[in-house]
Amino acid sequence: MKALGWLAVAPFVGILVGTAFVNRVEPLILGMPFVLAWIVGWVVVGAGLTAIVYLFDPANATSEAGGEGGER
Amino acid sequence: MNSALIIIGLTAVMALALGIAARRGHDMTLEQWTVAGRGFGGLLVFLLLAGEIYTTFTFLGGSGWAYGRGAPTYYILAYGSLAYILSYWLLPPIWRYAKQERLVSQSHFFARKYDSRWLGALVALVGVMALVPYLVLQFQGLGIIVSVCSYGSISSTAAIWIGAATVTIYVMVSGMRGVAWNAVVKDILILAVVIFLGVYLPIHYYGGVGEMFHAIDAAKPGFLTFKPTGQSVLWFQSTVALTTLGFFMWPQAFAAVFTAREERILRRNAALLPLYQLILLFVFFCGFAAILQVPGLTGADIDQALLRLSLKTFDPWFVGVIGAAGLLTALVPGSIILVTAATLIANDLLRGLNPDLAEGAVARVARGLAPVIALVAVYFTLQGGQTIVALLLMGYSFVTQLFPAVVCSLMRRNPMTTPGAVAGIVVGVAAVAYITLTHSTFVSLFPFLPAAANDVNIGFASLILNVLASAVVSALTPATQPSAERPPAGRANQRARNPAVTATGWSTAALIFGVLGGLFGLLIGVFGYFVEGIAAAGGQNGAGLFQLISMAIPIASLVGGGMAKSDAVVAGILMLLSAVGMLLVFGFNFFTAIPLVLSGVGGMMALVSANDPKTKTA
Repeated sequence: MKALGWLAVAPFVGILVGTAFVNRVEPLILGMPFVLAWIVGWVVVGAGLTAIVYLFDPANATSEAGGEGGER
Repeated sequence: MNSALIIIGLTAVMALALGIAARRGHDMTLEQWTVAGRGFGGLLVFLLLAGEIYTTFTFLGGSGWAYGRGAPTYYILAYGSLAYILSYWLLPPIWRYAKQERLVSQSHFFARKYDSRWLGALVALVGVMALVPYLVLQFQGLGIIVSVCSYGSISSTAAIWIGAATVTIYVMVSGMRGVAWNAVVKDILILAVVIFLGVYLPIHYYGGVGEMFHAIDAAKPGFLTFKPTGQSVLWFQSTVALTTLGFFMWPQAFAAVFTAREERILRRNAALLPLYQLILLFVFFCGFAAILQVPGLTGADIDQALLRLSLKTFDPWFVGVIGAAGLLTALVPGSIILVTAATLIANDLLRGLNPDLAEGAVARVARGLAPVIALVAVYFTLQGGQTIVALLLMGYSFVTQLFPAVVCSLMRRNPMTTPGAVAGIVVGVAAVAYITLTHSTFVSLFPFLPAAANDVNIGFASLILNVLASAVVSALTPATQPSAERPPAGRANQRARNPAVTATGWSTAALIFGVLGGLFGLLIGVFGYFVEGIAAAGGQNGAGLFQLISMAIPIASLVGGGMAKSDAVVAGILMLLSAVGMLLVFGFNFFTAIPLVLSGVGGMMALVSANDPKTKTA
């Protein structure tokens, strides 16, 4: 599980570091300037990765009682 | 009176009526007024947590920056989504601790984790400082909506007063309960309006989003990408980092976490809310569409872009609907901010320092403070000149200074001590305030840095100073034990717990601050190196006497620091006198600010260590 959590680092690298390398307008993606589309892409991918982490996190498997159980 | 204004006015009256209706059957105790008796279900928690997405900030500010600045506006899309991902790991431990200790505010969290009500009060103060610009931007938004939609017949000054009065009356009448009802109406209305405008405007004027961006790129080359200097990629990176870390440090956001029923809800929101951010794209499209259609808005007027384009495109009645949606995006968050700020001062600052205050008195003070805070915000709004986004960034620069202390407190062994946390927050906030007030840049303060360092967001740069300061002080003071690691104890004996540790912590910190402040002051006094004033004053008359005074003052701070362990009261007074003396003799600039702040904070810490009941038991 711990290893899966590292997936969430990707959007941070993509947006905070990657943007420096894609600072251009062309080609337009879905009508948007390339750099804007890059950020939008990472927002979508980031949400997807977090959803994967959520689904495989045993802390969320404990039902309504959650909070007391989980990772401790 | 045109139909647009009539619709907007009716909306304001309806919002007020809804607020009054919501109040029915509930006595306005402090708890009802501030957190609606903690009776909100999951959907409302979700809306409160997602609240920032649909405020005036995004509606007018986001489109305004797209219109006036171009690419820099992309940062708004990036930070919210990263902050929600981060929240997956950040919020559950905060929630668990808050539940275990039955906490109700951010200030309580700090006070308990670091076992110091002074730190709790400091955090409340930082919260209020950050909330004022946030409130100012809501008023500014209200002013823009009313004056633009009146087709110029109401001046923006009058509009700001009308807006501020509406928010204040609304808050005085209904508190948080009325806000929640209106929040639902607001989110539905704004969602519909923003998506419609974002789709319709580019197609109507350009034939499509792609065509629109091609036209803008041809007319203003470089506008759609980050510039080589100024608001460069480096600015984007540091601003996104700052605002991501600060996102949940806002007092109202931090407290909203406490309202969740179980921690799983927080994790699920972390995966869902980033997608909500995509609504911002439509807001951006409105701003970009305005560039070639309503050119010529500059300065703070860029925030009018969306409304000006609506005015040009639609009939007055539909402009009224857009204005009404905008009104709610300012009214609802404005009310939340006003309630939060008033509660911070009354409950966390006043009651935090005088725990004996009665509940009823605190509630009365909180409600009485609402119009006072609103007036302060109106004053700053009328000073004007800042764009909405710039105002929010200023608030972010303040609240993010709380982040290091929160994260450290969540670790198994907290590496940060209580004086370390105080030092970091004070240094960070002082740096932001100084740079903002004097309009200086980072390179002008640290000439050895490369010019590109100017592009780094000042809040982020201050955060680095903050971490350095708290690391140094934490290394030199004994560790603080958070109450979670101790045997459970009730609130009553909170003060009596663990006396020795914090008392020595405070006086040790006072010693370090006093000595450092004295040494630095001496450096300035002896060499007069950084201060032009001394050379000028010394040259005229009594150079010898002047030099003597300028050396005696820092020495007072040195002596005070040395006495911090033995006689804290005298030590504190000496250090504070020394700080005042340095201000008078050296004047205020960046270099004198260092010993000034050091001695001043040292003096206050010494007085705290003397006043703290813990010292007496030690």
